[in-house]
Amino acid sequence: MTKVFVPCDAAALSMGADAVAKAIAKEAKKAKADVEIVRNGTRGMLWLEPLVEVETEQGRIAYGPVTAKDVPDLFKSNFLAGKKHKLRQGLTDDIPYFKNQERLTFARCGITDPLSLEDYQAHGGFEGLKKALSMGPADIVAEVATSGLRGRGGAGFPAGIKWKTVHDAKADQKYICCNADEGDSGTFADRILMEGDPLCLLEGMAIAGIAVGATKGYIYLRSEYPHALVALREAIRVANEASWLGKKIQGSKYDFEVFVRVGAGAYICGEETSMLDSLEGKRGMVRYKPPLPALEGLFGKPTVINNVLSLASVPIIIAKGGEYYRDFGVGKSRGTLAFQIAGNIKRGGLVEKAFGITARELIEDYGGGTLTGRPVRAVQFGGPLGAYLPEDKLDTPMDYEAFVAEDAMVGHGGVVVFDDTVDMAKMARFAMEFCAIESCGKCTPCRIGSVRGVEVIERIMAGESPEQNLELLEDLCTTMTDGSMCAMGGLTPMPVMSALRHFPEDFDRPARAEAAE
Amino acid sequence: MSKASNGKVADISVTEQDQERVRAICEAYGNRPDELLEILHAVQAGLGFVPEPVVPTIAHALNLSRAEVHGVISFYHDYRREPPGRHIVKICRAEACQALNTDALCAHAEKKLGTKFGDTSKDGNYSLEAVYCLGNCSLSPAMMIDGDLFGCVDKKRFNAIIADLDKEEAA
Repeated sequence: MTKVFVPCDAAALSMGADAVAKAIAKEAKKAKADVEIVRNGTRGMLWLEPLVEVETEQGRIAYGPVTAKDVPDLFKSNFLAGKKHKLRQGLTDDIPYFKNQERLTFARCGITDPLSLEDYQAHGGFEGLKKALSMGPADIVAEVATSGLRGRGGAGFPAGIKWKTVHDAKADQKYICCNADEGDSGTFADRILMEGDPLCLLEGMAIAGIAVGATKGYIYLRSEYPHALVALREAIRVANEASWLGKKIQGSKYDFEVFVRVGAGAYICGEETSMLDSLEGKRGMVRYKPPLPALEGLFGKPTVINNVLSLASVPIIIAKGGEYYRDFGVGKSRGTLAFQIAGNIKRGGLVEKAFGITARELIEDYGGGTLTGRPVRAVQFGGPLGAYLPEDKLDTPMDYEAFVAEDAMVGHGGVVVFDDTVDMAKMARFAMEFCAIESCGKCTPCRIGSVRGVEVIERIMAGESPEQNLELLEDLCTTMTDGSMCAMGGLTPMPVMSALRHFPEDFDRPARAEAAE
Repeated sequence: MSKASNGKVADISVTEQDQERVRAICEAYGNRPDELLEILHAVQAGLGFVPEPVVPTIAHALNLSRAEVHGVISFYHDYRREPPGRHIVKICRAEACQALNTDALCAHAEKKLGTKFGDTSKDGNYSLEAVYCLGNCSLSPAMMIDGDLFGCVDKKRFNAIIADLDKEEAA
């Protein structure tokens, strides 16, 4: 019997993976070939999706991007034996894009059947949780602190400190909340993990629960991810059945239950306190801090809030030790980050690498430059609240502090590439508009400032009193940065001001009569 | 879609049967106020939208005020207060898709489907909605129709996808 892998990842599905799987089953029947189709996650080489792999004696051989129409031809070329075909990419593990990565968090993603406990354990799954069950809470927290793991959602707060605060808090109930509201444009790593290795996230959450004394966990998933929802629900079911979640995990004294809650299309709910209100069934309004969610979080109880990838990094940290993880990376940015190369890019996808790789390596070596073939002009890092950097800043190493030094942020690892046709004044206007659409409305600088921001930039674009309006825009941005309650209003000025700083020529517009729009 | 000239949603009546369904949904979630988002998702999945007359029903079941329920419905982009078209077309308008000219795709979609964003075509076939990121940013522009995701959507691919849907509709 031959194993054929056809990803069930949403990106692969978006390019017709289901039709490909169906076509393979049909052709196999016709050819009387004994084929088992496994629906794996994605390897992260998204430009090759649907990437079909065939298990051979030499290893897994990749073909991509495959369409349903290619399938009869693949059978004719005997791809089941790994033979030549124009879509053949060689051994998957030898494709440089994949081979040169440092896969820690995503070690299993794309390799296993996401919902098979057997596959999961055959590839190191539950090693961390097993160890955690015998370690004692304080030691787990210490191990996470040793690893140097910082919040992967974007803020980069040390996970060990957060966990210790919750661990030390006294309460009758504590919670683990997983922030899976991955709303930043240019990011999809959380989605890929939840679809490709959901058990890893559950394992990380269970370890977190043991570490801080929480018995309940919530995953707040954005509604734009219906495929991840199906995967998570199913993973929770199989994990419960096998006693990796639920009461007395593996016969130990620890209980940990996980629930999934689906958001409703509000970007702001990725902000942790807004997410808590949303989880409680309310409008997603940002809360004042203090009190810290670590002390008064969900339903007023001590709560660990971590991003999907922070929690999914925990199993390997516990299994292999904090020092193992810490030995990747540079400076205060330890371990790896899942970079997501997106936008106008030839070879877009997920690249897990230790911190310190440069943006240029990601965009040129991995990404192969722009899809349109035109020169790169601007790159937005870290989502819609992150800075735009020009081409000559691409040698900046990807680490938290080096980016801060450039008035930019690494954030959740999103890298969105634009070619030389981009209008940076328009992008700056969009940043303000997005904030106006998505602001929760609680604080004035964000709610009103963003609306005024759109207006001022429109005046600049129309060539109206440019000097005064540019000054006004800077002043407005300062107010938003200093006066907003959370990162939504506080960081919206980052893309705006970076566009202004690095691409001033785009703001130098002729008076309205000649203006394009 | 019946919109009054003042822009307000026209009166929408709901059958007692639908009210009963809504009560059953609340009950299935233990009438818990913290489950409100899930309840609204379930109501929308069942009725296609969240009609105004079920707001007091939900409020009563969860022991909330009508204003609280209304506040939640109006806060989140997902909840619809009017019946949608037969197909819901969501096109991503965020940065990564802008980098590959989603603006042109959006203009094309409006023309092709005969509706503006945030509205439904006259024949009731298509509701067109803007969405900010579908998590398919390496295969931009991205689009989702009735929960199915599509990547690398240019005008040609868009037309082909819509043609397939129209064919299904006719069948």
